[in-house]
Amino acid sequence: MLTMPKPDQAVLARRQAIAAALRAIVPGEGVIDTATQMRVYESDGLTAYRQMPMIVVLPQTTAQISAVLKYAFENGIKVVPRGAGTSLSGGALPLEDGILLGLAKFNRILDIDFENRCVVVQPGVTNLGITKAVEHLGFYYAPDPSSQIACTIGGNVAENSGGVHCLKYGLTANNVLGIEMVLITGEIIRLGGKHLDSEGYDLLGLMTGSEGLLGVVTEVTVRILQKPETARALMVGFPTSEDAGQCVADIISAGIIPGGMEMMDRPAIHAVEEFVHANYPLDVEALLIVELDGPQVEVDHLIQRVSDIAQKNRSTTSRVSGSEQERILFWSGRKAAFPAVGRISPDYLCMDGTIPRKKLPEVLAGMAALSEKYDLRVANVFHAGDGNLHPLILFDANIDGELHRAEQFGADILRLCVKVGGVLTGEHGVGVEKRDLMPEMFSPTDLDQQLRLKCAFDSQGLLNPGKVFPTLHSCAEMGRMHVTRGQISHPELPRF
Amino acid sequence: MISRPTSEKECAQIVAAATEPFEIHGTSTKRALGRPQGHHAGLDLSGFSALKSYEPEELILDAGAGAKLSDIEQLLSGHHQYLAFEPPDYSTLLGSHHSGTLGGVLACNLSGPRRIKAGAARDHVLGLSAVSGRGEVFKAGARVVKNVTGYDVPKLMAGSYGTLAAFTSVIFKVLPRPEAEETLVVGGLDDEAAVRCMSVAMQSSADVSGAAHLPGHGTYLRLEGVVPSILYRREALVKLLGGTIEILNAADSQAQWKMIRDVLPFSGTAQRMVWKISVAPAHAPQILAKLKSQFEFRHYLDWAGGLIWLDCEAENSVAIRQAIGEGHATLLRGPEVIRTQINVFQPQPPALAALSARVKNSFDPKGWFNPGRMYKGV
Repeated sequence: MLTMPKPDQAVLARRQAIAAALRAIVPGEGVIDTATQMRVYESDGLTAYRQMPMIVVLPQTTAQISAVLKYAFENGIKVVPRGAGTSLSGGALPLEDGILLGLAKFNRILDIDFENRCVVVQPGVTNLGITKAVEHLGFYYAPDPSSQIACTIGGNVAENSGGVHCLKYGLTANNVLGIEMVLITGEIIRLGGKHLDSEGYDLLGLMTGSEGLLGVVTEVTVRILQKPETARALMVGFPTSEDAGQCVADIISAGIIPGGMEMMDRPAIHAVEEFVHANYPLDVEALLIVELDGPQVEVDHLIQRVSDIAQKNRSTTSRVSGSEQERILFWSGRKAAFPAVGRISPDYLCMDGTIPRKKLPEVLAGMAALSEKYDLRVANVFHAGDGNLHPLILFDANIDGELHRAEQFGADILRLCVKVGGVLTGEHGVGVEKRDLMPEMFSPTDLDQQLRLKCAFDSQGLLNPGKVFPTLHSCAEMGRMHVTRGQISHPELPRF
Repeated sequence: MISRPTSEKECAQIVAAATEPFEIHGTSTKRALGRPQGHHAGLDLSGFSALKSYEPEELILDAGAGAKLSDIEQLLSGHHQYLAFEPPDYSTLLGSHHSGTLGGVLACNLSGPRRIKAGAARDHVLGLSAVSGRGEVFKAGARVVKNVTGYDVPKLMAGSYGTLAAFTSVIFKVLPRPEAEETLVVGGLDDEAAVRCMSVAMQSSADVSGAAHLPGHGTYLRLEGVVPSILYRREALVKLLGGTIEILNAADSQAQWKMIRDVLPFSGTAQRMVWKISVAPAHAPQILAKLKSQFEFRHYLDWAGGLIWLDCEAENSVAIRQAIGEGHATLLRGPEVIRTQINVFQPQPPALAALSARVKNSFDPKGWFNPGRMYKGV
């Protein structure tokens, strides 16, 4: 089970006084402290974990955020920032003795600047909201996480979110030009802007993907791109995952970087076909959807080359989308993979490892063995271009012990990813979900160095504690030379 | 004294046993960049030059930080791949002998004209191994192209000028090299019209991978990709922009962009200042107009106007930084005495400067690595 930092009883005892102090900073309905009203904040996209916050604050200005954080800093109160709460790794899971700082009211688009190809927004604007604001002139914001209709750009910065198109167009980090942020001390700093590259250290790069542990983002400048003129998709089936994997390698070796390249294994194909009837072939072990985008002439040229490569790799079925409608139909199955799996199983866990692509057959075989060991089914969807694997572990939380078994299964999959040279998370973040697995990938020295960075931003460890790092140590302790300790290999030891 | 370790362990031992600061260098091609170092012991990382692994189909290159950039580029070229951020070769500008090392490119976060499309070194670094100022070997990132596990320390290392850690090996994402390229040259535009022209091109779906303006010579727009696509996009751009447009073929296009990338227009006069100024692209003309009323200079524009290269007689740092507003100006080349006196890098507001100092301290608490290279006291 998940262990969170021990609540500070002294802070809990002062709850009413804290609420009053926060009301003085954020007047009106901006401070919430009744159980009924706070209920919606008890969980994020990782619903297996729930915790009521101490108090919820919904500020409206950067000055208010600055004052709230300064107050928390001076009074030793923990703070958990939250965007739309769509994190799949528990990044916005509240703390019993913590202020939940909701950025929902920061929902304004501040500046649309086509001349400089960028948009300045508040962090609570949704990912899709940015595209909606600029699409009348043919522009869009490239990173497209599946939750883009709901997730906020502030959350995207915190998690360095990716999406189906990120091999070609980059992750959030490659598309954010600047931010304004508030440190836990209340100090407001600006990094980057409408110009390229930050001056001094690349703190913008560091902030992106820091999961709310280093500061609170209050403004974001992103670059926007002109939409490709057209896109076509190719759907190919293979008798083995090795063939599909080799096809992906050959496409990339041929110098082609598709806009999207997605793979599904047999269980995933069957689950989605039953759900959306996209006419997926049911007699294949792996299905590949390759999308090429750009000018029509380029897309037609490349789709032919990709078709040829697929054929050389023993593809058994191959269809090219003949219309926009058909292209969307091809994608409908992949996009519906999660709900489709939700339909054949009462619950599922979505994992998120990245592996070197050539290790795919080995990892799939390993997963099949683990599936037998834990007696749980697994379906795989795979961002094939960049090696980002999303195994969906099917289970029933109402059956005693199944959640626990599913979690162990998931942890074993991630260990396998690390073992073959991959990583614990490609795009969902560490959060609380993968926190205790961090030592699988990093040595104590590696983790200490990251913790020291945390100390440089947050000397009291008040911002989102209990996330990302399996052990917390006071910054004074981190300052010592050569800290050594038994780390997480002894799970019986208390973590906090 | 110069130490030249050849293993991480040896490097860590040297740093752990240190009693005075080091100047970290690879092949010393960029020593003239940043604030002068004074006379410190040298920590020479050129011994870490081995290629660890190159997997073209995984898009991964893992090599020693001391590996020569030119060797790496040649290796990648053999597999029709490249470092897409187009690392520049400032050797002519800075009077050194070659384009330096992979670690050096990362330490200075250098990038070329393709920055506007593909990003900088920071956008392509995936992982690294390094020795901290504590004398500890640590790694960060990984050997896969998509990873959000832990802080993005590799990005933080980009542009840290050796003040945080001594890199031993670095992992970069590599990409397929475009099959073909050509460049459109629009003639007769002044700064303002050129920036407008480049902005129109960048706002189109022509996927321009380089946009530069050399006053008196022309406004250059580069197209890369497969041949049918380039032909189509050329036609679309010609229609969109109007006027007389000349086309440079692949060889001429390459030579032109190498000149722009490597700041060759300003390489001949070693005693003059060369400023690298990053601003919002559309602001460039008014910044240049402001500066023209104050002192004489030569200039050209890259990054669709977002990068002003400026060459002048005196240092002019105050005037330049007042004129740019939001953005940053770096004195990329200047005599040592000037680089000692003025802020080579854009000065930071107090809260940001204090944070930067704490970040430095978290890697290098005793200040062993390149003290003062970026900012006095950091």
